[in-house]
Amino acid sequence: MDAAAFLVQLLNGVQSGFLLFLVASGLTLVFGIMGVINLAHGAFYMIGAYLAFWLTGLTGNLLLAVVIGVAALAVLGVVIERLAIGFLYRRDHLQQVLLTFGLILVLDDLQRLIWGSDFHSVPVPDLLSGSVALTTQQDYPVYRLFVSGVCILVALGMFALIRHTRLGMRIRAAAANREMASALGLDVGRLFTLVFALGVALAGFAGMVAAPIGAVYPGMGDRILILAFVIVVIGGIGSVKGAFAGAMLVGIADTFGRVLVPEVASMVMYAVMAAVLVWRPQGLFGRPA
Amino acid sequence: MRASPLFGPSRRQVLRGAGAAAVATLLPRRFAAAARPAPVRIGLLLPYSGTYAMLGTAITDGLKLRLAEAGETLAGRPVDYIAVDSEASPPQAPQNTRKLVVRDRVDFLVGPVHSGVALAMAQIVAARGGPIMIIPNAGANALTRELCARNVFRASFSNWQTGYPCGKVMADDGHRRIVTITWRYAAGDEIMGGGAEHFEALGGRVDKHIRVPFPDVSFQPHLSEIAALAPDAVFAFFSGGGAVQFVRDYAAAGLKDRIPLYGPGFLTEGVAAAQGAAADGIRSTLHYVDDLDLPANRRFRDAYRLAYGREADVFAVQGYDTGTLIVQAMAAVDGDTAAVADIARALEGARLDDSPRGPWRMSPAHNPVQTFYLRDVQEGRHRFLGIAAEALADPAIGCALG
Repeated sequence: MDAAAFLVQLLNGVQSGFLLFLVASGLTLVFGIMGVINLAHGAFYMIGAYLAFWLTGLTGNLLLAVVIGVAALAVLGVVIERLAIGFLYRRDHLQQVLLTFGLILVLDDLQRLIWGSDFHSVPVPDLLSGSVALTTQQDYPVYRLFVSGVCILVALGMFALIRHTRLGMRIRAAAANREMASALGLDVGRLFTLVFALGVALAGFAGMVAAPIGAVYPGMGDRILILAFVIVVIGGIGSVKGAFAGAMLVGIADTFGRVLVPEVASMVMYAVMAAVLVWRPQGLFGRPA
Repeated sequence: MRASPLFGPSRRQVLRGAGAAAVATLLPRRFAAAARPAPVRIGLLLPYSGTYAMLGTAITDGLKLRLAEAGETLAGRPVDYIAVDSEASPPQAPQNTRKLVVRDRVDFLVGPVHSGVALAMAQIVAARGGPIMIIPNAGANALTRELCARNVFRASFSNWQTGYPCGKVMADDGHRRIVTITWRYAAGDEIMGGGAEHFEALGGRVDKHIRVPFPDVSFQPHLSEIAALAPDAVFAFFSGGGAVQFVRDYAAAGLKDRIPLYGPGFLTEGVAAAQGAAADGIRSTLHYVDDLDLPANRRFRDAYRLAYGREADVFAVQGYDTGTLIVQAMAAVDGDTAAVADIARALEGARLDDSPRGPWRMSPAHNPVQTFYLRDVQEGRHRFLGIAAEALADPAIGCALG
């Protein structure tokens, strides 16, 4: 592999890492702060992609579709947290897994009822539909670069939210010691509703942003869910910084794995996860248990 | 006897039953028996949910359309359908197959779409020696090669068949070096294998066989690989969401205008609308094309549109031809479903002269000997360009039949 090919593949890896971070960040937030294993995260990603397809068709504008879609998903998140997840905080993880797995089935069926089993795609907005020349043979779609930019903004926004705002302080307090935060007058219940809604909205947002890059189809969230869990575990449960590092690591390792060792490409990211866990069982940025 | 108001038959049921009994006693015995011959039981093991749901529905609709044209009777016997959702899940295939074969004792087993399910079904049905199984889609080569069986037939294609003609198309278009790309799974290897075999036999060279983990859809690293290799053409197969994504990514990377893309028809079939402009100009080979200019095809498409309000596709054609096979076989044995060996013999000699895909016949290994067409995509629609291979038979390596 010469230097140019190496740089192109590095760009591919980083770009896929950005998109993975967007999905994993919502999962690590809900997992780390609320202690809820949300298997339905991938299903929310899929619903987001379908909303992008449907609303773009209605409004003719992806930006408008994303704004409406994110709001709708946040509301859905509030409803689900209030009606279902909220009862499980003090229960066993197994019960959370059962409930959120049930949510996958419900959301999959909803998707089939509303949008059918057909394959769809979302057109790239005209403004971003161009390509830039990467090498003499290959162009790079502007939209993919744009998505990377959006992911950087979301990452920075999340760091700022958690580190520098009053809300972030409360979230960290509730995550560190729920009882104490509650005793000091924090409405932990409402805070958790908010965090869950944020997680759902992030998953859906990732699905919407990714929709014009790929295809919109039933079951598209299943694989992304496994990837997101791998990233969360590598990065350390609950750490947004860790999710970012994990996403980059998985994105780059996966990309080079495919090109250099195609026979075992699907195992590369699990090998990376195993190696990281041997070295740091709590993940890159996780707190030791 | 007084009927209990809660658990007994309703007054209407009692009256209806009494009426039927009265009519039956009035009719001569022979006539009553002839009025209700036992139905022919057709078991459908097809995906009605999940990724392949559309395919299962199209096949079922095509089959039912053909039997409706036959007056809903087979050699004078009515038809019963027993449908089971295969969920395209190989682990559930043995149980679903036994349900239909042992419990429901179907006379014909139609299915499935997915090759993994087909292999499990065919082994059970072949070992029992019955019933007659007709595969309306699954293309795994082995089904009509080393696993071929007296009572297992295919109305669709072998994977090898869909790729093989495309090798010649690429050579004829003047390409000398190609790269193949598909998922790392049996169907991908078999289709690519057919195309590469033909291409190399005609003097071409395959620079690289790229295999993507199934069912992964991150193609970007592989597109960069292809760009670096700069072959004359790319021969690709993906299906469903993967096909949509690959074709769109290929165009977005600017490769479509530099390195033409070829594939088996399934690269664009059923997903061309979702692929949009990115699919324009992709050349592929398949045993059917929507605008095939044959009276039988026009008739079929009109009838299908009228019955279901949708356009027919290749899967509907395969279901329709499955129906024709059943109609022909039942006519040959005069409705005697117990004569499995005779039905198999009739199917072995089946000739479908009026198929929407053009005339085809059954090979000794029970796979269609059929014409493959060269097509391309223009504005989301497939266009007939010519004949890629006439009366193409699968080599049927390892099949002892015939």
